[in-house]
Amino acid sequence: MNFFQRIVGQRQPSSRDLAKERLKLVLVHDRVDLSPQMLQTLKDELIAVISRHLDIDQAGVQISIGEGTKRDRLVADIPILPRKRRR
Amino acid sequence: MSAKIVTITSGKGGVGKTTTVANLGVSLALLGKRVACIDTDIGLRNLDVVMGLENRIVYDLVDVVEGHCRLRQALIKDKRLSELYLLPAAQTRDKTAVTPEDMIEVCRQMKNDFDYILIDSPAGIEQGFRNALAPADIVLIVTTPEVSAVRDADRIIGLTEAAEKSNPWLIINRIRPEMVDRGDMLSTADIIEILAIDIIGIVPDDEVIIVSTNRGLPAAFDNKSAAGTAFRNIARRLEGEDVPFMTLKDSGGFFKRLVKLVRQS
Repeated sequence: MNFFQRIVGQRQPSSRDLAKERLKLVLVHDRVDLSPQMLQTLKDELIAVISRHLDIDQAGVQISIGEGTKRDRLVADIPILPRKRRR
Repeated sequence: MSAKIVTITSGKGGVGKTTTVANLGVSLALLGKRVACIDTDIGLRNLDVVMGLENRIVYDLVDVVEGHCRLRQALIKDKRLSELYLLPAAQTRDKTAVTPEDMIEVCRQMKNDFDYILIDSPAGIEQGFRNALAPADIVLIVTTPEVSAVRDADRIIGLTEAAEKSNPWLIINRIRPEMVDRGDMLSTADIIEILAIDIIGIVPDDEVIIVSTNRGLPAAFDNKSAAGTAFRNIARRLEGEDVPFMTLKDSGGFFKRLVKLVRQS
């Protein structure tokens, strides 16, 4: 490793980094009892409801169960189509 | 005096709940507080052995609950300290022998005679855990810096909050700073970020703990033991004192790495 890499601590991820990422991921699902299928159903229904009121980019919708300092959060990222593109 | 009831729990087994209860009990007693420790791990009792009081057991928690004896008869006084008592668990019964309501009643009977009642919870999320949690004013959650322990602690935090015991405190036990620095162990900061509760103690991995259990003499008696000092600090924080955390060369941040590199060259 060159000097700069050593400063930044570049290496393949340490086991500590791996543990942290795996824990975050596993806890996201432990904390909310929502199976992947249920999440997909929720996403489809959400898209249907919002589409009744707004034109949205359905393919660009992202729904995830939140993590981090707020322990339980459902986050929906829904791109709205700009006016001029509406047919 | 009306006792503060402190339940020490974890989810995961073997992370140091019993060790914590024994050492916190000694530490608080050394501060002059009147302390009772209750072992709720019915069927797998260990608090008696860790405290070195195993050959003084006559009556136990189940005897009290079932009315076979008075509470006073079951409480064992630790002769090494003026004000430390143990209410041991039964060994030949199981956790269904006691209910959460029983625990609340036992603590109610004890409340006016002690400054602290420390409750040693069993591992798990079943009846034993619910029994231990029921009377709590304060909940301490013990984890080690390992994936399984942190995962289980997270579940316990959820269950504790669901039982409306808000603001559980975290104790990180058996941290090994050299391993954290090498990137082989989760750091205190990692764990706090993941679990998102306030921390009350960081206890280093210390061989003295094994020796102290061998002897039945909790490490908190030992001024030279790092773990003993950490437990005594937790006791002081419980008392409201603002004790800085021991610098354990933990967390290896960017600037620490820079300083180390410059020093090496």
